[in-house]
Amino acid sequence: MAQRDHLEVRPVSRSHVVAARGDPVDVRPSCRFGTEVISYNHMVVVTDEQNRVDQVFHALADRTRRDIVRRTLQGEHSVTSLAVLYPMSFAAIQKHVAVLERAELVSKRRHGREQLVRAKVETVRRAFDLLGQYEALWRDRVDRMDQLLNRDHRTGDTP
Amino acid sequence: MTVTSVQKDPEALTLTIDAQFDAPIERVWRLWDDPRQLEQWWGPPAYPATVSLLDLSVGGTMKYHMTGPQGDQPHGWWRILEVDRPRRLRFTSGFADETGEPNPHMPTMLFEVQLSERSGGGTSMIVAIEFSSLDEMTQIMSMGMEEGITLAMSQIDNILAGSVGTSGGDSA
Repeated sequence: MAQRDHLEVRPVSRSHVVAARGDPVDVRPSCRFGTEVISYNHMVVVTDEQNRVDQVFHALADRTRRDIVRRTLQGEHSVTSLAVLYPMSFAAIQKHVAVLERAELVSKRRHGREQLVRAKVETVRRAFDLLGQYEALWRDRVDRMDQLLNRDHRTGDTP
Repeated sequence: MTVTSVQKDPEALTLTIDAQFDAPIERVWRLWDDPRQLEQWWGPPAYPATVSLLDLSVGGTMKYHMTGPQGDQPHGWWRILEVDRPRRLRFTSGFADETGEPNPHMPTMLFEVQLSERSGGGTSMIVAIEFSSLDEMTQIMSMGMEEGITLAMSQIDNILAGSVGTSGGDSA
């Protein structure tokens, strides 16, 4: 059906990113999974990071789970109150929440007999910032295009 | 100077790249239209691209593969939807098996390239890339990320070798 269902989040990445060619790569490590950050520390954790990314996106690939994230971004919900919102069993919802929890997209805490679920805003943001990975690929492509065009100037060959 | 801006719209699953080049529109079009030019910028330095077929007419096809440091060769294709040379190009892009046949199980993306003359000379290029679903975006991201990692690694190699440039250099 509607493939465009989405989280109602305004991630930081929505802002306009402008970088001049030749600038150091515009990387905000706190908002990235960090794979394109060039440092030895990051190289060491790349595999772990990759696993985490896979986990996050596996978690977000399900419509119910995305909806749970959306709701719990707006406020804490108990698993019981979530379960009445969907046409599935309490156990099924509990399982969905567990997947989200493993991916660190939500956190859970006990309150009396209830389990309260809350989305972890930072992880959700970083997930969406994955578009930034693709952005880096395209920045490099544009750089290479520019190099090709500049080569024309250097050789005086402007076709 | 080339100034690039990138707009990311996670809700619409769209990435828009805005670039300015100090070259005439016909010249920038050739970056897309000439296979030898295209393969010099499409693949990251660690994954040089080879374009085996390029037919930029409606219904036409582009076929390419990239060659990774371990000899792995991911294949891909474009299917041309609209052409208004030298201003506009619309195509779907996807992945292929090792014979170059489109792989229907892999995600596709919709590309729209728009070139226009800038007042005062030069060309502006807008590339809009639309993913068709979050699942597909996920799949592509994880593939793109592997490229990103390889790219970062090759850059570290350069730095260790005492080379100052980190932009990938002239790999062609």
